[in-house]
Amino acid sequence: MATSEAAPTSPQDWLDQHGDVLYRYAYFRLRDSAQAEDLVQETLLAAWQARQRFSGRSTERTWLIGILKNKLVDYFRKHREQPLGDIADTDAEVDALFENDADQHWRISPMDWANPTQALQQKQFWKVFTACIDALPPRQAQVFSLCELDELDNDEACKVLGVAPTNLWVMLHRARLRLRQCLETSWFGHEGGR
Amino acid sequence: MLTCKQASEIISQSYDRRLSWRERLSLRLHLLICDACTNFAKHMRFLRQAARRFVQGQAEADEQVRLSAEAVARIKQELARQQKR
Repeated sequence: MATSEAAPTSPQDWLDQHGDVLYRYAYFRLRDSAQAEDLVQETLLAAWQARQRFSGRSTERTWLIGILKNKLVDYFRKHREQPLGDIADTDAEVDALFENDADQHWRISPMDWANPTQALQQKQFWKVFTACIDALPPRQAQVFSLCELDELDNDEACKVLGVAPTNLWVMLHRARLRLRQCLETSWFGHEGGR
Repeated sequence: MLTCKQASEIISQSYDRRLSWRERLSLRLHLLICDACTNFAKHMRFLRQAARRFVQGQAEADEQVRLSAEAVARIKQELARQQKR
């Protein structure tokens, strides 16, 4: 057995030291306490079995979170609804944002939002923000939340969704165009945004 | 010369991958003459910022979230059992 000087110990000690942080990380992404608890347990077991590979180059906590993240990716892969619907070749609503000619200008130009960061302080804005995400086609909402909210990197998100990076980028582009449009219509184009 | 649609694609992808110098150059040229896409680019920056803030806000709201005593006991038991194997 490899003896590292800072020998922790046991997985139980890890649980005492990092359990809540790991749990919170999982809970935020799963919104399910039983599943989050299971993942914490799996993570600690996997970490214990792999403890010789802990190089000490990162902190123990960072290392554990890295393992948890892998477990989460596996979990998403297995349990998230299969890629919702197929990757539509086109998104009519998005196509309609641009002229259908060689120049492909915006049909309606994106406005100047003046001072958008002010919105971040307003409760009402967050209602609009989540409503806009919910209004996305399911697959786009899935892609957006994996990449932008769960903060998976490209490779991880592709693994979960079973798509190539180019497809991922197309979906993100569409999701962002729609979200932008929705925020402009529901917030920045209105009194509420001022 | 990029169209607005292409420019919007490249702007979006700049949040997902490294752009080539050719893409960066053609985007910069497009933005010089296109207010609409310049606004769009600002909106994308805002969108990323809002997503980050949203996550942070959730995390703060979850600050009180912790493992229950029962969960800790259960997991410890399970860890002990697995170690013995």
